[in-house]
Amino acid sequence: MTATQETQTSQAMTPLAAGFHDPVHDAQACFRAVMNAMARPGTRQSLDIAGLTPPAPLTSVAAALALTLLDYDTPVWLDKPLMASEAVKAFLRFHTGAPIVNEPVEAAFALVANPGQMIPLASFNQGSAEYPDRSATVILLGQGFGAARTATPAVTLTGPGIQDSTAFPVGPVPPVFWEQVAANSRQFPRGIDLIFAGAAEIAALPRSTRILPTEV
Amino acid sequence: MTDTARIPESLHEQGEYNFAYLDEQTKRMIRRAILKGIAIPGYQVPFASREMPMPYGWGTGGVQVTAAILGRSDCLKMIDQGSDDTTNAVSLRGFFEKTAGVRTTCETAEASIIQTRHRIPEKDLREDQILVFQVPIPEPLRFLEPRETETRKMHALEDYGLMHVKLYEDIAKNGHIATTYAYPVKVNDRYVMDPSPTPKFDNPKIDRMAALQLYGAGREKRIYAIPPYTKVKSLDFEDYPFEIQKFDKPCGLCGAENVYLDEVILDDKGGRMFVCSDSDYCEERRADGHLGPMAADPAAARVGNTRTGETIR
Amino acid sequence: MYVAVKGGEKAIRNAHKLTAKRRRGDTSVPALTLEQIAQQLAHSVARVMGEGSLYDETLAALAIKQARGDLIEAAFLMRAYRTTLPRFGYSTPVDTGTMLVERRISATYKDLPGGQVLGPTFDYSHRLLDFALAAEDDGAEQPVEMTDNDDQAMPRVTDLLGDEGLMEPDPVSDGGTPVGDLTREPLSFPADRDLRLQNLARGDEGFLLALAYSTQRGYGRTHPFAGEIRYGEVEVEFFAEELGFAVTLGAIKVTECQMVNQFAGSAQAAPTFTRGYGLVFGQAERKAMSMSMVDRSMRWQELGEEPVAPAQDVEFVLSHSDNIQATGFVEHLKLPHYVDFQAELDLVHRMRTEWFEKREQQEQGGAAQEAAQ
Repeated sequence: MTATQETQTSQAMTPLAAGFHDPVHDAQACFRAVMNAMARPGTRQSLDIAGLTPPAPLTSVAAALALTLLDYDTPVWLDKPLMASEAVKAFLRFHTGAPIVNEPVEAAFALVANPGQMIPLASFNQGSAEYPDRSATVILLGQGFGAARTATPAVTLTGPGIQDSTAFPVGPVPPVFWEQVAANSRQFPRGIDLIFAGAAEIAALPRSTRILPTEV
Repeated sequence: MTDTARIPESLHEQGEYNFAYLDEQTKRMIRRAILKGIAIPGYQVPFASREMPMPYGWGTGGVQVTAAILGRSDCLKMIDQGSDDTTNAVSLRGFFEKTAGVRTTCETAEASIIQTRHRIPEKDLREDQILVFQVPIPEPLRFLEPRETETRKMHALEDYGLMHVKLYEDIAKNGHIATTYAYPVKVNDRYVMDPSPTPKFDNPKIDRMAALQLYGAGREKRIYAIPPYTKVKSLDFEDYPFEIQKFDKPCGLCGAENVYLDEVILDDKGGRMFVCSDSDYCEERRADGHLGPMAADPAAARVGNTRTGETIR
Repeated sequence: MYVAVKGGEKAIRNAHKLTAKRRRGDTSVPALTLEQIAQQLAHSVARVMGEGSLYDETLAALAIKQARGDLIEAAFLMRAYRTTLPRFGYSTPVDTGTMLVERRISATYKDLPGGQVLGPTFDYSHRLLDFALAAEDDGAEQPVEMTDNDDQAMPRVTDLLGDEGLMEPDPVSDGGTPVGDLTREPLSFPADRDLRLQNLARGDEGFLLALAYSTQRGYGRTHPFAGEIRYGEVEVEFFAEELGFAVTLGAIKVTECQMVNQFAGSAQAAPTFTRGYGLVFGQAERKAMSMSMVDRSMRWQELGEEPVAPAQDVEFVLSHSDNIQATGFVEHLKLPHYVDFQAELDLVHRMRTEWFEKREQQEQGGAAQEAAQ
């Protein structure tokens, strides 16, 4: 263990949780799940997270995503419950090196542990008309998939990556969330991209996906 | 000679690369660009393309994309001009065999990742397959406006008037749209995109394709993508609708129709034949007993053999 | 494990073997050593280090040997190797003012503090083939009388001009703004001077030379004077965060050129001299001078000049200066293109058929008209 690691660990008062067992191939497998999720909006992609026991409220799936996508070049924003945990910050700093930023608009990635209370999607970097790729990717933790798991009814998705249309039951999300997602999609090509992290699965909603009016 | 000029240890450890050659930081950077590319279909995402151990122009963009997505359980097919046995396809396949040790194949159906230059396989691709294109000039507007600063504005404003003027001038001058490959398309009703120098014959295949398409341009440092089932429309006019090349004859070897054919010159007396550009497709048909009109011709037999054997000495 | 095997593999293997054989040449002639190349082909080594963007004389010598003396190919080998190296951080800027100078000349002053030091140069040699060198042994080493110049400081000419207010001040770097690095971020436009200089330092010597030459012939004239060219050794330092101070990593040889150019002044700024800057690895004066002239040309916007010439066109210059990119794309035309060619062939056939049909119709029409008359 290096000196830096020891310092951070003692601050966190618990031993620093390990990263990927096999950094090369675990990251590759996780990336392929994210890529498939992004390419096929609303589909559930399973993720092998064996061995990852990050400090709460960071979840294993969210930790896998962070280890796969974050590094020195990607400022990350954390919501209150995550920001409050020194152990989470130590874990992310040590394993990814990503700078943790206070302003949502400065972040390339955002991790939201309490999605029910999340700040508006418009708070994050939306990218510019010339460089829409410079927008943020927001990762929602603790998501459940399937009608039984969610309080809100499924929304229906259409757009690139979806053959016709598909139902997408997911939650918890704030009440105004789907209006925000629809608004996000309307400003295409600008807009943020969403990843929903469950217990062993993920799904994604890129900005290109349109939300169809739900018939209840 | 100074002390700093010692030959580093790693020089003696040739062959010990990271899996698929690229370091993990580079892979992460490319992976993030791929995700943004998928989220913005047809938009060219700038990425910090690395110098690769093969020259720019040899497929460094496709190679970086493949290296970033490739896993141990993948099965890789590498084609150039539709064929697995063209020299650069052989060379790039060897690169991944050496650096990643993955399974490779010539059969389209068996591959999970297909990297290609200039063609799309004739056989329909599936949802569980990924098609990676090598791209020389990713900017469809580049030959109309060489400045990146200008073309970027045009994409931002969705101002594609220049492209339509160019195509229309073609028609006025030649009676045809004189673009036969790298024929521009509009993706998801938004971005005009260069489908790489595939013949326009292949354009209908990228419309609502079941497989994910990833495009990599190494020298120009751009990555773009078309998610599965995305609408991709070849640019045209109401009175001059888009049309693809048609061949008068079937493949001389396997008799396939409605496929893209290569012209092979048999002698210096005007003797020539047309054979499938997709060599795997042709071989599979012949193995299934399909025979083309020239299959029995001794000259054709030579062509057929060289396609499975040595094409170059 | 099943591995697809197809034609061409054997051919490629043989091509590699043949290249290796041709590279070695006649085996009765002794093979070149890396020391021989590094010592005796120093200008080649400098160019390969500069355009390969990696300072290492032995590796450059190896690259030159492996590339059979093809310097662009050698620079490419260096780049491909460089990109695999782990990055520990960025050095602090080298201080060329404290250079251990081997050569220092100024075209703007007859004499100046520290003096003119001619050093090793082709400048005043008569370009007559030296047949003595053709002999295998170079003969005895010629003793060189070195003037003792130990204690005298050698301030840069531009600093001397600056003290009088005649030279634009050195741009003050804003500590908060990180210096760009086009090997980590793709180049985007407009490109600031940090990225422009990095691009030029890696750029092709021939391309920059031609552009610099064009400015002298009126395509964006900048009225340059070679304020100073100096070549020698500078120390490279790295600020170690954990130690809290800079440590010396080693010394490298560099050539620096500062061109002094006219500037008429503007409403905001009094007339003064401006500069173009060139800094390259090893002794490479042609490159350093060309670089500084093109750098100055590209500053037209900041200095309120009119863009009229290729050398001023930042996007054009930066997009085409890299010879690894350029040679790749030009030479890739060697790869098979028969699928695209087939598509073009088909179109040309069709257009020719239509052309002949049209002409026939016109001729028939003409004949009918004549008959009618």
